[in-house]
Amino acid sequence: MPELPVPRRPSGELEAEVLAALWAAGRPLTPQDVQQAVTGDLARTTVATILGRLHEKGTVLRTRVGRAYAYTPAVQDTAGLAARRMRTELDREPDRSTVLARFVSDLSADDERLLRELLADPAGEETA
Amino acid sequence: MIVAVWAPLLLPLLAVPAARLLAGWLPPRTAAWMLAGTAVLLAGAATASLGLLATAGLLRLPAVAALGHLSLPWLDRISPSAGPLAAAAALALGSVAALLLRSATRHRRELSSARDLAHSASGTPDGLAVLPDDRADAYALPGRPGRIVVTAGMLRALGTEERCALLAHERAHLGARHHLFLAAAEYAAAAHPALRLLRAPLSYHLERWADEAAAAAVGSRAVTARAVARAALAAAAPRPAPGHRPGLAPAAHTGPVPRRVAALLSPGPAQPSGRRTVVALLLTACLCTSAGTALDATSDLHQTVESAQSAGAAPAHSR
Repeated sequence: MPELPVPRRPSGELEAEVLAALWAAGRPLTPQDVQQAVTGDLARTTVATILGRLHEKGTVLRTRVGRAYAYTPAVQDTAGLAARRMRTELDREPDRSTVLARFVSDLSADDERLLRELLADPAGEETA
Repeated sequence: MIVAVWAPLLLPLLAVPAARLLAGWLPPRTAAWMLAGTAVLLAGAATASLGLLATAGLLRLPAVAALGHLSLPWLDRISPSAGPLAAAAALALGSVAALLLRSATRHRRELSSARDLAHSASGTPDGLAVLPDDRADAYALPGRPGRIVVTAGMLRALGTEERCALLAHERAHLGARHHLFLAAAEYAAAAHPALRLLRAPLSYHLERWADEAAAAAVGSRAVTARAVARAALAAAAPRPAPGHRPGLAPAAHTGPVPRRVAALLSPGPAQPSGRRTVVALLLTACLCTSAGTALDATSDLHQTVESAQSAGAAPAHSR
Protein backbone atom coordinates (compact mmCIF):
# COMPACT_ATOMS: atom_id res chain seq x y z
CA MET A 1 0.00 0.00 0.00
CA PRO A 2 1.52 3.37 -0.99
CA GLU A 3 2.08 5.65 1.99
CA LEU A 4 3.01 9.28 2.29
CA PRO A 5 6.72 9.58 3.02
CA VAL A 6 6.58 10.51 6.70
CA PRO A 7 10.07 11.52 7.86
CA ARG A 8 11.09 8.91 10.44
CA ARG A 9 12.23 10.49 13.65
CA PRO A 10 14.93 8.92 15.79
CA SER A 11 13.61 7.15 18.89
CA GLY A 12 15.45 9.58 21.19
CA GLU A 13 13.40 12.44 19.75
CA LEU A 14 10.13 10.56 20.25
CA GLU A 15 11.03 9.65 23.82
CA ALA A 16 11.81 13.29 24.53
CA GLU A 17 8.52 14.43 23.07
CA VAL A 18 6.50 11.87 25.00
CA LEU A 19 8.25 12.76 28.26
CA ALA A 20 7.70 16.48 27.59
CA ALA A 21 3.99 15.79 27.05
CA LEU A 22 3.75 13.91 30.36
CA TRP A 23 5.39 16.79 32.23
CA ALA A 24 3.22 19.38 30.51
CA ALA A 25 0.01 17.52 31.38
CA GLY A 26 0.56 17.60 35.13
CA ARG A 27 -1.72 14.55 35.57
CA PRO A 28 -1.40 10.83 34.73
CA LEU A 29 -1.85 10.14 31.01
CA THR A 30 -2.93 6.92 29.31
CA PRO A 31 -1.23 5.94 26.04
CA GLN A 32 -4.32 7.27 24.29
CA ASP A 33 -3.94 10.67 25.99
CA VAL A 34 -0.25 10.75 25.09
CA GLN A 35 -1.05 9.96 21.48
CA GLN A 36 -3.16 13.13 21.35
CA ALA A 37 -0.55 15.21 23.15
CA VAL A 38 2.30 14.62 20.71
CA THR A 39 2.64 15.88 17.16
CA GLY A 40 2.51 13.66 14.12
CA ASP A 41 0.56 10.47 13.66
CA LEU A 42 2.17 8.06 16.05
CA ALA A 43 0.56 4.64 16.19
CA ARG A 44 -0.90 3.62 19.57
CA THR A 45 1.55 0.73 19.66
CA THR A 46 4.49 3.08 19.09
CA VAL A 47 3.37 5.27 21.97
CA ALA A 48 2.90 2.20 24.18
CA THR A 49 6.38 0.96 23.27
CA ILE A 50 7.97 4.32 24.10
CA LEU A 51 6.12 4.53 27.41
CA GLY A 52 7.20 0.98 28.22
CA ARG A 53 10.82 1.85 27.50
CA LEU A 54 10.66 5.01 29.65
CA HIS A 55 9.09 2.97 32.44
CA GLU A 56 11.88 0.36 32.27
CA LYS A 57 14.46 3.12 32.64
CA GLY A 58 12.64 4.49 35.66
CA THR A 59 11.91 7.81 33.93
CA VAL A 60 8.16 7.45 34.31
CA LEU A 61 5.91 5.75 36.87
CA ARG A 62 2.71 3.93 35.99
CA THR A 63 -0.49 3.13 37.81
CA ARG A 64 -3.29 0.90 36.66
CA VAL A 65 -6.43 2.80 35.72
CA GLY A 66 -9.18 0.38 34.77
CA ARG A 67 -7.76 -1.84 32.05
CA ALA A 68 -4.99 0.56 30.93
CA TYR A 69 -1.92 2.03 32.57
CA ALA A 70 -1.61 5.74 33.27
CA TYR A 71 1.85 7.32 33.29
CA THR A 72 3.43 10.18 35.25
CA PRO A 73 7.03 11.45 35.18
CA ALA A 74 9.19 10.24 38.05
CA VAL A 75 10.46 13.17 40.10
CA GLN A 76 13.73 12.93 41.97
CA ASP A 77 13.44 14.55 45.38
CA THR A 78 16.81 16.23 45.08
CA ALA A 79 16.20 17.72 41.63
CA GLY A 80 13.85 20.49 42.74
CA LEU A 81 16.29 21.59 45.40
CA ALA A 82 19.23 21.48 42.99
CA ALA A 83 17.25 23.50 40.43
CA ARG A 84 16.58 26.26 42.93
CA ARG A 85 20.18 26.29 44.11
CA MET A 86 21.55 26.60 40.60
CA ARG A 87 19.06 29.28 39.74
CA THR A 88 20.21 31.50 42.59
CA GLU A 89 23.77 30.80 41.53
CA LEU A 90 23.08 31.78 37.92
CA ASP A 91 21.04 34.83 38.93
CA ARG A 92 24.11 36.16 40.69
CA GLU A 93 26.11 36.18 37.44
CA PRO A 94 25.89 39.64 35.83
CA ASP A 95 25.37 38.30 32.32
CA ARG A 96 24.43 34.72 32.50
CA SER A 97 23.98 33.62 28.91
CA THR A 98 27.65 33.17 28.14
CA VAL A 99 27.96 29.38 28.09
CA LEU A 100 24.45 28.07 27.73
CA ALA A 101 22.40 28.97 24.69
CA ARG A 102 19.11 29.86 26.38
CA PHE A 103 15.83 29.58 24.51
CA VAL A 104 14.70 33.05 25.54
CA SER A 105 16.45 36.02 27.07
CA ASP A 106 15.09 38.67 29.39
CA LEU A 107 12.34 41.01 28.21
CA SER A 108 11.93 44.70 28.73
CA ALA A 109 8.48 46.05 29.51
CA ASP A 110 8.16 47.16 25.89
CA ASP A 111 9.23 43.74 24.60
CA GLU A 112 6.56 42.18 26.75
CA ARG A 113 3.84 44.43 25.37
CA LEU A 114 5.06 43.82 21.82
CA LEU A 115 4.98 40.04 22.27
CA ARG A 116 1.48 40.11 23.72
CA GLU A 117 0.36 42.07 20.65
CA LEU A 118 2.09 39.62 18.31
CA LEU A 119 0.50 36.64 20.07
CA ALA A 120 -2.95 38.21 19.99
CA ASP A 121 -2.61 38.74 16.26
CA PRO A 122 -1.35 35.50 14.70
CA ALA A 123 -1.13 37.08 11.24
CA GLY A 124 1.72 39.15 12.63
CA GLU A 125 1.43 42.81 11.89
CA GLU A 126 4.54 44.79 11.15
CA THR A 127 4.93 45.89 14.74
CA ALA A 128 8.66 45.44 15.11
CA MET B 1 59.23 48.93 15.69
CA ILE B 2 57.30 49.73 12.57
CA VAL B 3 53.81 51.26 12.49
CA ALA B 4 52.29 47.99 11.23
CA VAL B 5 52.20 46.70 14.78
CA TRP B 6 49.53 49.24 15.70
CA ALA B 7 47.05 48.31 12.96
CA PRO B 8 45.70 45.13 14.64
CA LEU B 9 45.05 47.13 17.82
CA LEU B 10 43.17 49.94 16.04
CA LEU B 11 41.35 48.07 13.27
CA PRO B 12 38.78 46.39 15.57
CA LEU B 13 37.33 49.87 16.14
CA LEU B 14 36.36 49.91 12.45
CA ALA B 15 35.86 46.19 11.80
CA VAL B 16 33.49 45.55 14.73
CA PRO B 17 30.83 48.11 13.70
CA ALA B 18 31.16 46.88 10.10
CA ALA B 19 30.61 43.26 11.18
CA ARG B 20 27.60 44.22 13.30
CA LEU B 21 26.07 46.12 10.40
CA LEU B 22 26.76 43.31 7.93
CA ALA B 23 25.32 40.62 10.23
CA GLY B 24 21.90 42.26 10.07
CA TRP B 25 21.83 41.80 6.31
CA LEU B 26 22.93 38.16 6.23
CA PRO B 27 21.05 34.90 6.80
CA PRO B 28 21.51 33.69 10.41
CA ARG B 29 23.96 30.87 9.69
CA THR B 30 26.24 33.04 7.52
CA ALA B 31 26.02 35.89 10.02
CA ALA B 32 27.03 33.62 12.91
CA TRP B 33 30.05 32.25 11.05
CA MET B 34 31.07 35.75 9.95
CA LEU B 35 30.81 37.20 13.47
CA ALA B 36 32.67 34.33 15.14
CA GLY B 37 35.38 34.33 12.44
CA THR B 38 35.82 38.09 12.72
CA ALA B 39 36.13 37.89 16.51
CA VAL B 40 38.73 35.11 16.42
CA LEU B 41 40.84 36.68 13.68
CA LEU B 42 40.88 40.16 15.20
CA ALA B 43 41.62 38.73 18.65
CA GLY B 44 44.53 36.71 17.29
CA ALA B 45 46.05 39.68 15.46
CA ALA B 46 45.62 42.02 18.46
CA THR B 47 47.24 39.53 20.83
CA ALA B 48 50.11 39.00 18.38
CA SER B 49 50.67 42.77 18.25
CA LEU B 50 50.81 43.06 22.02
CA GLY B 51 53.20 40.12 22.08
CA LEU B 52 55.48 41.76 19.50
CA LEU B 53 55.53 45.09 21.37
CA ALA B 54 56.37 43.32 24.61
CA THR B 55 59.07 41.19 22.98
CA ALA B 56 60.69 44.25 21.41
CA GLY B 57 61.07 45.67 24.92
CA LEU B 58 62.28 42.37 26.31
CA LEU B 59 65.31 42.60 23.98
CA ARG B 60 66.40 45.76 25.88
CA LEU B 61 66.90 43.87 29.09
CA PRO B 62 70.70 43.55 29.43
CA ALA B 63 70.43 39.85 30.30
CA VAL B 64 68.33 39.07 27.24
CA ALA B 65 70.51 41.21 25.00
CA ALA B 66 73.62 39.45 26.25
CA LEU B 67 72.05 36.04 25.76
CA GLY B 68 71.10 36.89 22.16
CA HIS B 69 74.40 38.74 21.45
CA LEU B 70 72.42 41.91 20.61
CA SER B 71 73.85 45.41 20.44
CA LEU B 72 71.98 47.51 23.00
CA PRO B 73 73.23 50.89 21.67
CA TRP B 74 72.05 49.92 18.20
CA LEU B 75 68.61 48.92 19.54
CA ASP B 76 68.29 52.20 21.49
CA ARG B 77 69.16 54.19 18.42
CA ILE B 78 66.70 52.36 16.12
CA SER B 79 63.66 52.74 18.44
CA PRO B 80 64.21 54.82 21.56
CA SER B 81 60.64 54.53 22.91
CA ALA B 82 60.42 50.72 22.88
CA GLY B 83 60.95 50.34 26.62
CA PRO B 84 57.86 52.16 28.02
CA LEU B 85 55.74 50.84 25.15
CA ALA B 86 56.76 47.31 25.94
CA ALA B 87 55.89 47.78 29.58
CA ALA B 88 52.41 48.95 28.60
CA ALA B 89 52.02 46.05 26.16
CA ALA B 90 53.14 43.56 28.81
CA LEU B 91 50.56 45.00 31.21
CA ALA B 92 47.88 44.66 28.54
CA LEU B 93 48.93 41.06 27.83
CA GLY B 94 48.74 40.34 31.53
CA SER B 95 45.18 41.65 31.71
CA VAL B 96 44.24 39.61 28.60
CA ALA B 97 45.57 36.50 30.31
CA ALA B 98 43.70 37.33 33.52
CA LEU B 99 40.45 37.86 31.61
CA LEU B 100 40.93 34.58 29.73
CA LEU B 101 41.53 32.74 32.97
CA ARG B 102 38.46 34.32 34.57
CA SER B 103 36.26 33.40 31.58
CA ALA B 104 37.57 29.84 31.54
CA THR B 105 36.99 29.39 35.28
CA ARG B 106 33.49 30.77 35.01
CA HIS B 107 32.69 28.54 32.03
CA ARG B 108 33.87 25.46 33.84
CA ARG B 109 31.97 26.34 36.99
CA GLU B 110 28.72 27.11 35.18
CA LEU B 111 28.93 24.03 32.97
CA SER B 112 29.70 21.69 35.81
CA SER B 113 26.86 22.96 37.98
CA ALA B 114 24.50 22.77 34.98
CA ARG B 115 25.68 19.18 34.36
CA ASP B 116 25.16 18.21 38.00
CA LEU B 117 21.70 19.68 37.80
CA ALA B 118 20.80 17.84 34.58
CA HIS B 119 22.21 14.65 36.07
CA SER B 120 19.99 14.89 39.12
CA ALA B 121 16.90 15.65 37.02
CA SER B 122 14.61 13.06 35.55
CA GLY B 123 14.73 12.56 31.84
CA THR B 124 15.81 10.40 28.95
CA PRO B 125 19.53 9.65 29.16
CA ASP B 126 20.23 10.63 25.57
CA GLY B 127 18.32 13.83 25.11
CA LEU B 128 16.03 15.52 27.56
CA ALA B 129 16.34 16.50 31.22
CA VAL B 130 13.28 17.99 32.89
CA LEU B 131 13.74 20.10 36.01
CA PRO B 132 10.79 20.15 38.43
CA ASP B 133 10.83 23.94 38.56
CA ASP B 134 7.78 26.15 38.09
CA ARG B 135 9.75 28.98 36.49
CA ALA B 136 10.07 28.68 32.73
CA ASP B 137 13.56 28.09 31.37
CA ALA B 138 15.20 26.01 28.63
CA TYR B 139 18.72 25.64 27.32
CA ALA B 140 21.02 23.35 25.41
CA LEU B 141 23.68 21.74 27.59
CA PRO B 142 26.76 20.88 25.51
CA GLY B 143 28.58 17.63 26.17
CA ARG B 144 28.87 14.07 24.93
CA PRO B 145 26.04 13.57 24.39
CA GLY B 146 24.55 17.04 24.65
CA ARG B 147 21.24 17.32 26.47
CA ILE B 148 18.24 19.59 26.34
CA VAL B 149 17.41 20.97 29.77
CA VAL B 150 13.92 22.33 30.25
CA THR B 151 11.82 23.14 33.29
CA ALA B 152 8.35 21.76 33.96
CA GLY B 153 7.12 25.36 34.02
CA MET B 154 8.32 25.86 30.45
CA LEU B 155 6.67 22.65 29.21
CA ARG B 156 3.36 23.61 30.81
CA ALA B 157 3.46 27.07 29.20
CA LEU B 158 3.56 25.65 25.65
CA GLY B 159 1.09 23.78 23.47
CA THR B 160 1.83 20.42 21.85
CA GLU B 161 3.27 21.80 18.61
CA GLU B 162 5.13 24.57 20.41
CA ARG B 163 6.84 22.03 22.68
CA CYS B 164 7.96 20.25 19.55
CA ALA B 165 9.38 23.53 18.17
CA LEU B 166 11.23 24.17 21.45
CA LEU B 167 12.83 20.72 21.38
CA ALA B 168 13.77 21.13 17.70
CA HIS B 169 15.31 24.54 18.47
CA GLU B 170 17.50 23.13 21.24
CA ARG B 171 18.44 20.11 19.11
CA ALA B 172 19.64 22.55 16.43
CA HIS B 173 21.89 24.27 19.01
CA LEU B 174 23.41 20.96 20.02
CA GLY B 175 23.68 19.56 16.49
CA ALA B 176 25.48 22.63 15.09
CA ARG B 177 27.64 22.91 18.25
CA HIS B 178 26.64 26.52 18.86
CA HIS B 179 28.35 26.53 22.26
CA LEU B 180 31.71 26.58 20.43
CA PHE B 181 30.69 29.82 18.66
CA LEU B 182 29.69 31.37 21.97
CA ALA B 183 32.92 30.28 23.64
CA ALA B 184 35.04 31.59 20.74
CA ALA B 185 33.42 35.02 20.97
CA GLU B 186 33.71 35.06 24.77
CA TYR B 187 37.43 34.27 24.73
CA ALA B 188 38.09 36.63 21.82
CA ALA B 189 36.51 39.46 23.82
CA ALA B 190 39.33 39.12 26.35
CA ALA B 191 41.87 40.22 23.73
CA HIS B 192 40.34 43.57 22.77
CA PRO B 193 37.52 45.53 24.44
CA ALA B 194 35.86 46.36 21.12
CA LEU B 195 35.31 42.65 20.47
CA ARG B 196 32.84 42.50 23.37
CA LEU B 197 30.34 44.18 21.08
CA LEU B 198 30.29 41.08 18.85
CA ARG B 199 28.87 38.79 21.56
CA ALA B 200 25.27 40.04 21.59
CA PRO B 201 24.78 39.94 17.80
CA LEU B 202 26.40 36.50 17.65
CA SER B 203 24.11 35.09 20.30
CA TYR B 204 21.11 36.65 18.50
CA HIS B 205 22.05 35.07 15.19
CA LEU B 206 22.65 31.68 16.80
CA GLU B 207 19.12 31.86 18.21
CA ARG B 208 17.79 32.86 14.77
CA TRP B 209 19.68 29.94 13.21
CA ALA B 210 18.07 27.52 15.68
CA ASP B 211 14.66 29.18 15.18
CA GLU B 212 14.89 28.61 11.42
CA ALA B 213 15.93 24.98 11.98
CA ALA B 214 12.97 24.51 14.34
CA ALA B 215 10.56 26.10 11.85
CA ALA B 216 11.79 23.68 9.19
CA ALA B 217 11.49 20.70 11.56
CA VAL B 218 7.92 21.41 12.68
CA GLY B 219 6.97 22.73 9.25
CA SER B 220 5.57 26.03 10.49
CA ARG B 221 7.11 29.44 11.05
CA ALA B 222 3.97 30.63 12.88
CA VAL B 223 4.11 27.78 15.42
CA THR B 224 7.81 28.44 16.05
CA ALA B 225 7.16 32.17 16.45
CA ARG B 226 4.38 31.45 18.93
CA ALA B 227 6.62 29.07 20.86
CA VAL B 228 9.35 31.71 21.20
CA ALA B 229 6.87 34.43 22.22
CA ARG B 230 5.00 32.28 24.74
CA ALA B 231 8.22 30.94 26.23
CA ALA B 232 9.63 34.45 26.66
CA LEU B 233 6.47 35.71 28.33
CA ALA B 234 6.39 32.69 30.64
CA ALA B 235 10.06 33.19 31.51
CA ALA B 236 9.75 36.93 32.08
CA ALA B 237 10.06 37.73 35.74
CA PRO B 238 6.86 39.23 37.09
CA ARG B 239 7.40 42.96 37.27
CA PRO B 240 5.42 45.84 38.74
CA ALA B 241 3.23 47.66 36.24
CA PRO B 242 5.48 50.00 34.24
CA GLY B 243 4.69 53.57 35.16
CA HIS B 244 6.93 55.55 32.84
CA ARG B 245 6.78 53.50 29.66
CA PRO B 246 7.15 55.52 26.47
CA GLY B 247 4.15 55.66 24.17
CA LEU B 248 5.87 54.12 21.18
CA ALA B 249 8.83 51.77 21.45
CA PRO B 250 11.57 52.77 19.03
CA ALA B 251 12.81 49.86 16.92
CA ALA B 252 16.33 50.24 18.26
CA HIS B 253 15.14 49.47 21.77
CA THR B 254 13.36 46.31 20.72
CA GLY B 255 14.97 43.33 22.43
CA PRO B 256 16.16 40.18 20.71
CA VAL B 257 13.05 38.08 21.41
CA PRO B 258 10.49 40.31 19.61
CA ARG B 259 12.94 40.63 16.72
CA ARG B 260 13.17 36.83 16.46
CA VAL B 261 9.39 36.52 16.51
CA ALA B 262 9.01 39.22 13.87
CA ALA B 263 11.68 37.58 11.68
CA LEU B 264 9.78 34.28 11.81
CA LEU B 265 6.44 35.89 11.04
CA SER B 266 7.55 38.15 8.21
CA PRO B 267 10.66 36.64 6.63
CA GLY B 268 12.76 38.12 3.88
CA PRO B 269 12.83 41.91 4.11
CA ALA B 270 14.43 43.58 1.11
CA GLN B 271 18.21 43.17 1.28
CA PRO B 272 20.16 46.34 0.55
CA SER B 273 22.57 44.40 -1.64
CA GLY B 274 24.62 47.42 -2.77
CA ARG B 275 25.41 48.62 0.74
CA ARG B 276 25.91 45.02 1.84
CA THR B 277 28.67 44.55 -0.72
CA VAL B 278 30.40 47.76 0.33
CA VAL B 279 30.36 46.84 4.02
CA ALA B 280 31.45 43.26 3.26
CA LEU B 281 34.42 44.59 1.27
CA LEU B 282 35.30 47.02 4.05
CA LEU B 283 35.22 44.23 6.62
CA THR B 284 37.31 41.93 4.41
CA ALA B 285 39.86 44.71 3.95
CA CYS B 286 40.02 45.24 7.74
CA LEU B 287 40.53 41.53 8.40
CA CYS B 288 43.18 41.13 5.70
CA THR B 289 45.03 44.23 6.90
CA SER B 290 44.84 43.03 10.50
CA ALA B 291 46.32 39.63 9.68
CA GLY B 292 48.77 41.06 7.16
CA THR B 293 50.16 43.74 9.45
CA ALA B 294 50.54 41.27 12.31
CA LEU B 295 52.62 39.03 10.03
CA ASP B 296 54.53 42.03 8.70
CA ALA B 297 55.35 43.22 12.21
CA THR B 298 56.50 39.71 13.13
CA SER B 299 58.98 39.55 10.25
CA ASP B 300 60.09 43.11 11.08
CA LEU B 301 60.89 42.09 14.65
CA HIS B 302 62.78 39.10 13.32
CA GLN B 303 64.85 41.38 11.09
CA THR B 304 65.47 43.75 13.98
CA VAL B 305 66.88 40.89 16.04
CA GLU B 306 69.17 39.81 13.22
CA SER B 307 70.41 43.38 12.60
CA ALA B 308 71.04 43.90 16.31
CA GLN B 309 73.00 40.66 16.37
CA SER B 310 75.23 41.70 13.46
CA ALA B 311 75.61 45.18 15.03
CA GLY B 312 76.64 43.46 18.27
CA ALA B 313 79.12 41.26 16.42
CA ALA B 314 80.58 43.98 14.16
CA PRO B 315 82.62 45.97 16.79
CA ALA B 316 84.31 42.78 17.94
CA HIS B 317 85.54 42.11 14.40
CA SER B 318 86.65 45.68 13.77
CA ARG B 319 88.77 45.80 16.90
